[in-house]
Amino acid sequence: MTDLAKLTLVESIKHIKEKKCSASELVGAYIKRIEKSDKLNCFNTKDLENAHSKAKKIDTNQKLDKTLVGAPIAVKDLFCTKGVKTTASSKILSNFIPTYESTVTEKLWNEDAILIGKLNSDEFAMGSSNETSNFGNVLNPYRLNNQNLVPGGSSGGCASAVAADLTSATIGTDTGGSIRQPAAFTGIVGLKPTYGRCSRWGIVAFASSLDQAGPMTKDVKDAALMLDVISGYDEKDSTSAKKPKSSFLNSIKSNVKGLKVGIPKEYRVDNMPKEVDDLWKEGIKILKDNGAIIKDISLPHTKYALPTYYIIAPAEASSNLARYDGVKYGFRAEGKDLTEMYENTRSKGFGTEVKRRIMIGTYVLSSGYYDAYYLKAQKVRNLIKIDFDNAYKNVDVILTPTTPTPAFKFGENVDDPIAMYLNDIFTVTANLAGLPAISLPIKYNKDGLPLALQLFGKSFDEQTLLNTAYFIEQQVNFKSQVKDWWMS
Amino acid sequence: MSINKDTIKKISKLARISVTNEETDRLEKDLNSILKFVEQLKKLNTDKITPIASVSDQLLTMSEDEVKKINEKKEILQNAPDKNTNYYIVPKVIE
Repeated sequence: MTDLAKLTLVESIKHIKEKKCSASELVGAYIKRIEKSDKLNCFNTKDLENAHSKAKKIDTNQKLDKTLVGAPIAVKDLFCTKGVKTTASSKILSNFIPTYESTVTEKLWNEDAILIGKLNSDEFAMGSSNETSNFGNVLNPYRLNNQNLVPGGSSGGCASAVAADLTSATIGTDTGGSIRQPAAFTGIVGLKPTYGRCSRWGIVAFASSLDQAGPMTKDVKDAALMLDVISGYDEKDSTSAKKPKSSFLNSIKSNVKGLKVGIPKEYRVDNMPKEVDDLWKEGIKILKDNGAIIKDISLPHTKYALPTYYIIAPAEASSNLARYDGVKYGFRAEGKDLTEMYENTRSKGFGTEVKRRIMIGTYVLSSGYYDAYYLKAQKVRNLIKIDFDNAYKNVDVILTPTTPTPAFKFGENVDDPIAMYLNDIFTVTANLAGLPAISLPIKYNKDGLPLALQLFGKSFDEQTLLNTAYFIEQQVNFKSQVKDWWMS
Repeated sequence: MSINKDTIKKISKLARISVTNEETDRLEKDLNSILKFVEQLKKLNTDKITPIASVSDQLLTMSEDEVKKINEKKEILQNAPDKNTNYYIVPKVIE
């Protein structure tokens, strides 16, 4: 009998529509795995009973015509879910129960997907290893000589949950690489859509000009399907884009003949491991051998992207996180007067990395430093965007590695914020320029760890991105090697 | 530019986050290393470059002025750390 939890999202829905299995059976298959997987610590909140009853309801409905009918889906704990605790993996929101639903999750449930839980992440999505969560580390289903590894971050719970077959697909958020880097570390597909493609309404805000929700899935077709559902204009988000609704999944084509692929020389960074450089060359060869036109390009301001990001993101975060004051919701610490209550609440409610970023953000926005840091960063951001505008006059997509290394061990980078920030070196440019980008697993290194390549696309051209990724996926035939070692 | 302990205290006041002396030492080290990292930007001449706050080219749209029943008071107040029937309760502000 087919192991239902091993099916892709597209296959699962086909099974349900063709009545090869019921929604209850599918949900049951995932719940069975979830109940044996506490060791991975993917879930902040499980919603299994509700999932069961929603599945039963779907099974009594003869129509089964919705796009995601019966698909059990857990989402990052940054998406507000009405009546279900939403914490952003922070102490300060540890008891927050939203009275409304985020636009993107509402779109999932409107298509008869079933919420099974909320997934762990770095606190307020600030981190690259999931080690800043208030609710403990998430383990990567892949290990190095039986030693545990980080799943990446900030969407680390999402990445491990997809890789370990604890959710049929998920949505994460990506502010500097938070979908793509953990996807790369766990051998799954992660897509950051163009800024504005999906509504940000009801998502706990980190850096509003960079945040974007996107799918994390078992394969490329699943990513296309999820994007079909969650994308679209929303009057509740003033930066969401008015674009005609298209079907990415139905339009997917496996063909790269004549596709112009840019290879940016600035991404060949010092000390890049040979296995990552070789991986990149393999990716280039696959595309070239199949009729793509490879072009060397230059994105001259690439090395300034991380410093720019680490001004803009904390600046926006310090402003967005000002709302957590212990008055209207969330955690409160007492104080002798109002100001002391604010200061104690925020001191005890936020973790170290979040406080570090609020402090940096407050400093770069403060009087006397605004021009030197924040305004300067906004100008360099424009230069980075212009780099891409120029490159896209000659190419259709850009190919790079997703990360400079595969997944690393716990504690390796926690004492040095800059070392941790370097994880985002290849991903952060897409956020600054607002471009779509996808991370795709390619192969395993000699230690059995997944390695991934990243494709950048033109603004609102996710279709070419998905087509190219789909083609590469068929060529490399990457298969999960997760071995369920954590199950008792 | 570098940050000293006094600046840390000042920023913590602005950010409404109380810090212990131990935290101040750690923050002084971390914030200076982050500032040193971002100071690379100074090497770039950006005199003629327009700053951008967002990449979105979406213009603000008008919407109908209509009443929608969302975020009702009773539900919203359920999340408050301290409240009475209709209000949030905070420490006394005026003596």
